[in-house]
Amino acid sequence: MPCLQRAITRVLIHGVLMAGAAFMLLPFVWMLATSIKPPEEVFSATLRLLPTRFFGAENYSFALTQAPLLRFAINGVIVCLGILVVQLLVAIPCAYALAKLRFPGRNLLFVLVLLALAIPVQVPALPLYIALAEMELLNTYLSLMLPFLFSAFAVFLLRQFFKSYPDDIIQAARLDGMGEMEIVWRIVAPSAWPAIAAFSVFSVVAHWNDLYWPLIVITDGGMATPPLGMMLFADAETGSNYGALMAAATMLTAPLVVIFLFARRWFIAGVTMTGVK
Amino acid sequence: MARVELESVSKSFADTTVLSGINLDIADGEFLTLVGPSGCGKSTLIRIIAGLEPQTSGQIRINGEPVDHLRPHERRVAMVFQSYALYPHMSVFANMALPLTMQRLSLWERVPLLRLFSARRRRVMPEIRREVQSVAAQLQIEPLLNRRPAQLSGGQRQRVALGRAMVRHPNAFLMDEPLSNLDAKLRVHMRSELTELHQRLKTTFIYVTHDQVEAMTMSDRVAMMDAGRILQLGTPAELYARPSNLKVAQFIGSPAINVLPVRIGDGGMVELPGSPAMIHTSLPPGSAASIGLRPEALHLLPSGSPRDGAVLNARLRRIENLGAECMLHFDLLALPGHGVIVRAASIKGLSVGEEVVLGYDIASIHLFDAKGERAEVLPISAHPAQREAATP
Repeated sequence: MPCLQRAITRVLIHGVLMAGAAFMLLPFVWMLATSIKPPEEVFSATLRLLPTRFFGAENYSFALTQAPLLRFAINGVIVCLGILVVQLLVAIPCAYALAKLRFPGRNLLFVLVLLALAIPVQVPALPLYIALAEMELLNTYLSLMLPFLFSAFAVFLLRQFFKSYPDDIIQAARLDGMGEMEIVWRIVAPSAWPAIAAFSVFSVVAHWNDLYWPLIVITDGGMATPPLGMMLFADAETGSNYGALMAAATMLTAPLVVIFLFARRWFIAGVTMTGVK
Repeated sequence: MARVELESVSKSFADTTVLSGINLDIADGEFLTLVGPSGCGKSTLIRIIAGLEPQTSGQIRINGEPVDHLRPHERRVAMVFQSYALYPHMSVFANMALPLTMQRLSLWERVPLLRLFSARRRRVMPEIRREVQSVAAQLQIEPLLNRRPAQLSGGQRQRVALGRAMVRHPNAFLMDEPLSNLDAKLRVHMRSELTELHQRLKTTFIYVTHDQVEAMTMSDRVAMMDAGRILQLGTPAELYARPSNLKVAQFIGSPAINVLPVRIGDGGMVELPGSPAMIHTSLPPGSAASIGLRPEALHLLPSGSPRDGAVLNARLRRIENLGAECMLHFDLLALPGHGVIVRAASIKGLSVGEEVVLGYDIASIHLFDAKGERAEVLPISAHPAQREAATP
């Protein structure tokens, strides 16, 4: 019976996918559960998802009052937005030039972009740190943003997207009197929304969650981004108050989830590159 | 309005030559069509005229002024693309207004937000709106002005693309296969609409197509291109009646011209296949050649009529009935493997498999040499005595 066979296949496929999803969601769910548990239940030997005593109000208010969560969040927003805006301002024209303009050395430049993709931030970390220290820029927003302002990944992703943009439309714009910069911003970029949204999600998630670089350049708690702030909070205030710590973590993760939910449609279209006809 | 002149324009990419030495003089207000098979360089040529691609050598003049150093919009030509090339994220109005806003507003008057502070923009925009609306009215697309291109049908997009070209009052319209993406019925309709538009605007049109029907029906003159060269330039009637090249003869006309191989005999006598008639030519004896016969040049001879003229014995293979006329496909008995198509008013009681005799006038023969160049036909009588007399 092919009908039954198909049903079984579907159940199997969905079973595997759901198991994977559950596996990935588990830490997240555990964080949420822990954030509403009282301290004695966090370490209780019996494994329970939901607490017997609801302790959420206490945990969340403790986290909100004892840690400058808002400060961390604002720092995170400033740094992530700053990075994203400059990345897009630079990467969109670069990607357009690499995708659509003919000039000597174009292929070489593109190879350099690909090479840059292969270099993790850890490699130039030391020279960057020394340079920032020499310029007395440590503990500033600029020091948090500087290494990430020029994103090879953004250039690469957008170039692939722009490649498929119809040449005729660009030529029509030239005939209508537009310069290349105006073509980039008024004609090509608006059509690249899926790619831009996808990249924005990647970029914001990466820099919101980044601990490595803030740990290097920030020592002042007032400049800390969310993960660094969490770390400082865990050390100084809470000790082993994991309920409160998870409450703080929940509140600092929430903005990302919200952003992703809003950008999800474009994100998927952008990642699968089907957004452009 | 403008005269457009091309002087030995050539184009090559790396080691492939796309265009070689194109000379064209397009009169003010003329409708000139560049026609040819795909890959013949016609689209490259129109893009060079528009300034979208640089030529490798040669000069382009508009109204006598060289424009080679000018950027596309400074040449004041408008182009309609096969894909319409409408800006997908803008409304129809914004699409059509864009060339005008680019012409009349400065950069900061076009920047979003900042432009709200421009008093001049507030003065200029109503003018632009009026002009766009009047062009939209001419093209009957006024109700569509607030829609996006994705919400329009192919024909409507085509009109918007035309409108965007028209609002600028360009020196010349360049059209790159503008009807190719339309369905057959709409294409016929838009053909006559474009012709009427040309008559009304009296602007120079340079039109690229691979469709010989469009070339024949719309143009004042046709330039037939092949492999980066112009094979023949002339009125549609000239191209049809006196094709200078076998490729022109085969490309122009539907159904295509019937081509039969012949050999040149002694003294330039050409023996016509399966026929006692002969023609005379100046081509060297012994060389291969071919003759072309238009489908309407052939006719069925009634049985019993004299067969000493130019005739072909043929067997009917297939009938295509088009209603007003029919196309009769014949296999030639004298030339196995070759067939001819005959245009006839009716089937005349014929049935498939029947053997008939086809007659044609020697004056209707197009003779081409081995390279495909046209050769002159000198008719001589079919009569043996006269044939003798004509032989030196």
